[in-house]
Amino acid sequence: LSLQEIHIKEPIEKEVNPRLLPGELLLCEASTVYKYIQEDGSNRGTYGKLVCTNFKIAFLDDDSASDDNEPQFKNKIVGENDITLQCVDQIYGVYDEKKKLLTGQLRKYPEKLIIYCKDLRVFHFCLRYTKEEEVKRIVSGIVHHSQTPKLLKRLFLFSYASAAPNNTDGRNQTVMFDTLEDWHNELERTKGNVKYKVVTTNEGYRVSEKLPLYFVVPICLSEESILKYEGRVIPIWCWSCHNGAALLKMSAFPKEQDDSTAQMQKAFLDGIYKTISKPPYELLKMDDLSSSLPSLQDIQTAYTRFKQLFLIDNSTDFWATDVKWFSLLESTNWLEIIRRVLKKAIEVAECLERQHTNVLLIEESATDLCCVISSLVQVMMDSHSRTKSGFQSLIQKEWVAGGHGFLDRCNHLHKSDKEEAPVFLLLLNCVWQLVQQYPPAFEFTETYLTVLSDSLYVPIFSTFFFNSQHQKDTNTSGESLKTQSGPFRFLTVWDWSVQFDPKAQAFLNNPLYAEKPKPDKSQRKTARFKHQRQLSLPLTQTKPSTKRGFFREETDHLIKNILGKRIGKFINSSDEPPNSFREFYDSWHSKPVDYHGLLLPRIDGPEIKVWAQRYLRWIPEAQLHGGGTIATAAKILDLMEEVQSLQVKMDEEHSQAV
Amino acid sequence: MASSSTPKYNSNSLESSSGKRTLKDGTNWEQNEEIPRLPGETRVTDKDVIYMCPFNGPVKGRVYITNYRLYLRSVENDPVVVLNVPLGVISRIEKMGGASSRGENSYGLDITCKDMRNLRFALKQEGHSRRDIFEVLTKYAFPQSHNLLFFAFANEEKFSENGWMVYNPMSEYRRQGLPNERWRVTFINEHYGLCDTYPSLLVVPYNATDDDLKKVAAFRSRNRIPVLSWIHPETQAVIMRCSQPLVGMSGKRNKDDERYLDIIREANGQISKLTIYDARPNVNAVANKATGGGYESEDAYPNAELFFLDIHNIHVMRESLKKLKDIVYPNVEESHWLSSLESTHWLEHIKLVLTGAIQVADKVSSGRSSVLVHCSDGWDRTAQLTSLAMLMLDSYYRTIEGFEVLVQKEWISFGHKFASRIGHGDKNHADADRSPIFLQFIDCVWQMSKQFPTAFEFNEQFLITILDHLYSCRFGTFLYNSEFLREKEKVTEKTLSLWSLINSEKSKYTNPFYTKELNRALYPVASMRHLELWVNYYIRWNPRIRQQQPNPVEQRYMELLALRDDYIRRLEELQITNSSKISSSSASSASPSQMVSHLQTHF
Repeated sequence: LSLQEIHIKEPIEKEVNPRLLPGELLLCEASTVYKYIQEDGSNRGTYGKLVCTNFKIAFLDDDSASDDNEPQFKNKIVGENDITLQCVDQIYGVYDEKKKLLTGQLRKYPEKLIIYCKDLRVFHFCLRYTKEEEVKRIVSGIVHHSQTPKLLKRLFLFSYASAAPNNTDGRNQTVMFDTLEDWHNELERTKGNVKYKVVTTNEGYRVSEKLPLYFVVPICLSEESILKYEGRVIPIWCWSCHNGAALLKMSAFPKEQDDSTAQMQKAFLDGIYKTISKPPYELLKMDDLSSSLPSLQDIQTAYTRFKQLFLIDNSTDFWATDVKWFSLLESTNWLEIIRRVLKKAIEVAECLERQHTNVLLIEESATDLCCVISSLVQVMMDSHSRTKSGFQSLIQKEWVAGGHGFLDRCNHLHKSDKEEAPVFLLLLNCVWQLVQQYPPAFEFTETYLTVLSDSLYVPIFSTFFFNSQHQKDTNTSGESLKTQSGPFRFLTVWDWSVQFDPKAQAFLNNPLYAEKPKPDKSQRKTARFKHQRQLSLPLTQTKPSTKRGFFREETDHLIKNILGKRIGKFINSSDEPPNSFREFYDSWHSKPVDYHGLLLPRIDGPEIKVWAQRYLRWIPEAQLHGGGTIATAAKILDLMEEVQSLQVKMDEEHSQAV
Repeated sequence: MASSSTPKYNSNSLESSSGKRTLKDGTNWEQNEEIPRLPGETRVTDKDVIYMCPFNGPVKGRVYITNYRLYLRSVENDPVVVLNVPLGVISRIEKMGGASSRGENSYGLDITCKDMRNLRFALKQEGHSRRDIFEVLTKYAFPQSHNLLFFAFANEEKFSENGWMVYNPMSEYRRQGLPNERWRVTFINEHYGLCDTYPSLLVVPYNATDDDLKKVAAFRSRNRIPVLSWIHPETQAVIMRCSQPLVGMSGKRNKDDERYLDIIREANGQISKLTIYDARPNVNAVANKATGGGYESEDAYPNAELFFLDIHNIHVMRESLKKLKDIVYPNVEESHWLSSLESTHWLEHIKLVLTGAIQVADKVSSGRSSVLVHCSDGWDRTAQLTSLAMLMLDSYYRTIEGFEVLVQKEWISFGHKFASRIGHGDKNHADADRSPIFLQFIDCVWQMSKQFPTAFEFNEQFLITILDHLYSCRFGTFLYNSEFLREKEKVTEKTLSLWSLINSEKSKYTNPFYTKELNRALYPVASMRHLELWVNYYIRWNPRIRQQQPNPVEQRYMELLALRDDYIRRLEELQITNSSKISSSSASSASPSQMVSHLQTHF
């Protein structure tokens, strides 16, 4: 952009240069900036340089010699004093002790700058000792580059990818779900291939730009019907349960329609449901998530309030809010939303597992709450999703390929605040509840989830920086932009070695994970056997359906709903006893936990907790020096290392002995 | 399969008795089958009842009553429902319904327990079937009210360790480096003549004579003079404890007390002021003047600085716990859990106690200043503050034995009125003297152990076991209000110590993550952000909430520890074989990698 700015230097001072990534350009900088250390609310701090690049805002300590005590856990890309432009939440200026939100053009420049980050860090910079010229440049630079609307191609993602093409094969164990084969394998893995098929109809995005290139539908569905409404109201397969019941999702018709269109749509829907409710398909239950769960707006509002509780300016604020902490938490409604989402996932699991019914999740676009619920259900029901690669594949399947609008929901481009909603964070928060309730069931740790949530704001990975597979594909080719050299080869976030060295990566893996017993061990009935049994007898497995006109009624409800007359929940409708959920929940909890089987979260009030690691880690007053969950994690890792080295020694001795 | 015979609703937390129990399923049930019994425990009566389980509905069963416990076993349920309740936990027994009451299961007994639960039994209405069971229960649950002895005096259990040997005041003071040239041991209270609620052995400033002590005693509530609890090994600053000064409305002064406090200050060679922490809220301290108490005024004690710690009295704590029980038992408040929890103020009180203790510890450690801690009588809040501060400053108290010493010293020997606060064997359930002060202390310890999971040698089970036996009356440890009374009743001769049970089976109470760290001060974060409701204690009766026991992470870690020890052992063997040049490949058949897969742990 403006390369001259790089040459503006402070000759008097000892040179401290920012570490730049390939493709990263220094845009502006200011010297003798004073960064406060929050700790005591006093004015302690350090002098340094504040810089802004096309990737990050960074504070460079004049005393860079203090690098000796490097933390054990360190991100290679984003340092502790680095804030990626996408990680900036809000910027405030302090004028005469008064805080003012900074956006757009500034007339007056503040004496203090407060940056609130999306990963909940808070930075206080004092600009009183900085030259006026530099203050102007840095403040407007930071506000401009982090807060104003951006073009997609202006994302650092592209500069980085062209300067440092990704030469890794990218194919770690994570399944990306961008090929036909990936979907075939997933169908085979879950034994869904008896009743469901991968379709190639969307090649060249003929059907819809919102759908992935390949997706899975019931075998009996014709290509014609998929094409008819651009893939809307088509049941799309997410996952098959060991008993054959499947989890499906569907995007609804937009509401307002004229009568004749509505009639046609009703007929179309009728047709679809007739086909997929006949044997071999199981009974079908529907759940309109837009009416049975909080709206995206509610979720956004709750999270905005919630995160505010952790963006604390000083010690006084921290202690002043402490006594009312629980009621403050409650008033945000965030934990209640987590509870409701977990509860919904249990309801869906109950239908699949106990009632052997298919569950169809409905949402306007099927790319938000559908992703949350379907992912959670799979984490709870499919132990494969509780391994690291399985979880990553799940995110690829349901979110990345599934077309969750990461760009819009994270508001990475500052295009519209209205689209912003922390849907993916909601999933991570829910999964965290499960991880802390059943640690041995997960191959990954809470630290893994924390760094994954941080990675949402690191624009060197493509994973969270597109709205859809289509958008990524069209922007990867590079054809549309002559100035850029394409095609781009982006990094994926799943290559954790980009951000962490092996020592730090160890904290992402749960050493106490109860690995799945090998299936060849006799006696043990594993899910695999069940699948095989089912495979041989696919038709006898399903129960006779429609005995009480069940299907008919449901379809009518559905159609009414889709035509704009909202009714209550479908799941837990009058058809089943009201206590069936409670019964299922209680009976599961009365048995010993099988870490490889179904896993139901506990959802009573005291069980839903604040993800302390993510939300409290940057608050000095809340830090537990030498304590916290990380203290046990470190001990476990040490012991693991010791056992491994003993193993090596023993192997050596063995080979000597032979 | 072992798991199928585990009772679905097992209310037994008193582990050693459950260990011996062999469970049978419904078909093998015999009427005369033995119930778990301790040596010295005798059967009194039994009866068919319906246990009104608040979680699983009515359960038909037979209840057995001994001189120690109430034991219920279901007759129809599979898995078997078992209740195993020491009579000591019973706080109140009420009859519900009359002989003419209608409605199913409306006639019977309602039992309120001290450990956060209620038990309801329905009985047959015919023939006053309730009368004798009510009488038996009342008699054995409240032996003190019936001129009977506690079960602890009948208990004939044998343990490999003798818990009464754990605490020896002299060796504990020696461990602290006392006596020294500034602090001496005095036997002035040998026969409890100076103060009948203090221990016989006290540590006081070298420069204060026994005569001085007697004069000071006259000015301190219940003669509880300032004495040493703990001395900092480096700064030599001390934690002193006492009761309030008898200032009264007229603002009385006492030269001896004033001089004594100055001697304490000087013992540390300290120039700065002596810090006095009055645990009470300021207004309460003022109000105490009306009944002859008060606090150290600036005029009378110019060399002391006084701070109030705003911790409320026993009545407030009792009400707070009552409110907590309301929201967790039998059902956990469904909606607005967090604000309901907040409105009990239970965690807020915990926060204040911890905050106070942190201040005390920090003053002694970083501030290098001696402190004096008191409340009104110096046996409730004072014990909480001194013992928690000591736990923060001295890593010895974070070991199993050290913690036993701490409880024995700061609580039991210094006259925390266990008998009055708990109401051991006393039928007067509404006694205003009852209060969960010790429970609150244990909760604070749990909060610390939760925040620093590697700093304590003991685990959660240790703390829960202590609380269970705080009520059970199976051991003499917590019986009576003072050392003086315990000596009179010959408790150490006639009863067993709780520490005998624990120390005989230490591994069960050991935290595998414990890392020994000497001289590390441990300051918890006394913020609501980190304080949690102790679910595994307060809500443990609810099968929906109860967490997996034993803790799966702890358990897996212990497996790994065992594996390491096995490797070390086998490696040594291998090295010996290799060095003696006898290459015998048959030495060990299993290869190490097989061992790993056996553990099913991810590497």
